[in-house]
Amino acid sequence: MTRDSKIFLIAAVAVLLAGLLAPHVLKNPFYFFAGYVILQYVVIATGWNILGGYAGYINFGAAGFFGAGAYASAFLFNTFGIPLLGGLVAACLIGALLGVLMGYLTLRIQGVYFAIATLGLVIILETIIHNIPALGGARGIVVYGPPPPAWAAGPSQYMFFLMLLIAVASVSLARWMQISWVGRGLRAVRASENAAECSGVPTLRLKLLACAASGAVLAAAGAPYPFYTSFVEPVTVFSLLIGLNAIAMPLIGGTRTWLGPVIGALLMASTQQIATITISSELNILFVGIVLIAFVALAPNGILGLVARRSRETPR
Amino acid sequence: MTTLDILLNVLVSGVLFGSIYAVVALGLAITFGILHIPNIAHPALVIMGGYFVVQANRLGIDPLIAAALGIIPFYLLGMLLYTFYANSFERRGRAEVLQSLTLFFGLSLVIEIFLVLLFGSELQSVSAPYIGTSLKFGQIAIPGRLLVPALLGPVTIGLLWLYFKYTNSGTAIRAVAHDERALSIAGLDPAAVKRRAFGLATATAVIGGTALVLIGPIDPFGGRFQIGRVFAIVVLAGMGSIPGTLVVAIMLGIAESLVSSYLNPAWSPGVAFAILLAALALRPQGLFGAAR
Repeated sequence: MTRDSKIFLIAAVAVLLAGLLAPHVLKNPFYFFAGYVILQYVVIATGWNILGGYAGYINFGAAGFFGAGAYASAFLFNTFGIPLLGGLVAACLIGALLGVLMGYLTLRIQGVYFAIATLGLVIILETIIHNIPALGGARGIVVYGPPPPAWAAGPSQYMFFLMLLIAVASVSLARWMQISWVGRGLRAVRASENAAECSGVPTLRLKLLACAASGAVLAAAGAPYPFYTSFVEPVTVFSLLIGLNAIAMPLIGGTRTWLGPVIGALLMASTQQIATITISSELNILFVGIVLIAFVALAPNGILGLVARRSRETPR
Repeated sequence: MTTLDILLNVLVSGVLFGSIYAVVALGLAITFGILHIPNIAHPALVIMGGYFVVQANRLGIDPLIAAALGIIPFYLLGMLLYTFYANSFERRGRAEVLQSLTLFFGLSLVIEIFLVLLFGSELQSVSAPYIGTSLKFGQIAIPGRLLVPALLGPVTIGLLWLYFKYTNSGTAIRAVAHDERALSIAGLDPAAVKRRAFGLATATAVIGGTALVLIGPIDPFGGRFQIGRVFAIVVLAGMGSIPGTLVVAIMLGIAESLVSSYLNPAWSPGVAFAILLAALALRPQGLFGAAR
């Protein structure tokens, strides 16, 4: 294990411990209620970045995977009484499957076409859910989750810790994919797909792997959602705002490394939480739009790109 | 009504809706199909065009005249947008797909919220003498609120096609799509030609908006439901084929109309994307594009 990996492991354990101890310090459950959403976006941004950042394939359909995960866990719980952890595993499998399916359909086409096709995935999934009575159609489904276990301080605190676990697991997966042979291959794909193919990089297999991992993480972000809100309906889980944030957050943080989406999500999601409470949800969307345009036009490599440029310019 | 009459009615309404989709997709056929700029903000611009017509209609101006008045300001707005886009990206030497898509995604959000803040999020509609009327041919009824916007499609597309085919500046736009360097050797500034093309595309948004607002009331977020459909049309038509846009849009209109009459209206939003996904997998160059 390298020195960096040791630091990462210690940091991950420290974050989890802090999450476990936090309810004893912060008594107001609202912090955990809001924190859940922020962590959810850390997972979404991280999942999106595996395919979008490392391989350079832009997925507009993050909400499709998120919604599929949410519906999977809600359906399994309501129909078969399968608890959330089982639903989480099922959501990951469905997300990975959807990812591979999407990959097979669309990876032969590149760039813009891929992006448009992924936008289609959301609409098709939303239409399907609307038309299946067993999944509640347009009315949605109500989920009465079990009470939280005794060690948790309350339902919000429990859901918060669960999302923290998912976030740490997702970030670890994204970090592993970045520093291993997978990440090297995907970087080659991103730089030049033809050159990579010619040098013997198994591009199609790597891209399918990235699709599967990205899909699984995005669906995992959605799986606890029905238990968090006690309710799922197509319009919210397939919302454009999820797809937008999934792209905006990594782009603002920086797409080259696992840290970029984490920074972007923490910054953007907390600002949005504050903006939604204190101002209005319309201005919140306006804010995301303007920040997005500014970053794309002025700092295309995100915050981490700015930091890297600054440290290159000042000789040490 | 017999089964045949119902089928005929379904087909006619498919053709009418298809012509309307064509005029909404037209701007994207220019920006994306010819200039290769993935302008996903186009549907939002179309809605903005619709709002322009609504405001003009409040002053007592007929929607069609309002559309004609809107062409110049929207043309200028389009040139401004292209200048911003080019300054941000093309001067850096490469316009990455991720970044330009994100830019236009952000732009469409800003337009939507801008409309909400200015006019509120409730539905807006126009009034005109032909909206309540309808034409009857035997068992087939054609309401005026569909017929008038449906005529805008073929007319606009016909005019644009003539412009691209027979004028020098239209030829220059086709040339910039083909070979930018050759154009600059011939003594034309590619950036100026592209700016003009982008302006033209944005000007069609006000006509698309007129078509939409004539069919029924619009709200600031109406563009989102069009994104999939317009991209499906442009890609299926084969990037940049202007007459192809009309043909494909009508085919799509008929397909959606058949699905919503014989299956269930709730399935029809998925139709465009299902066709698009199948087409991308089977024939990525589009129905009317040359094989690459």
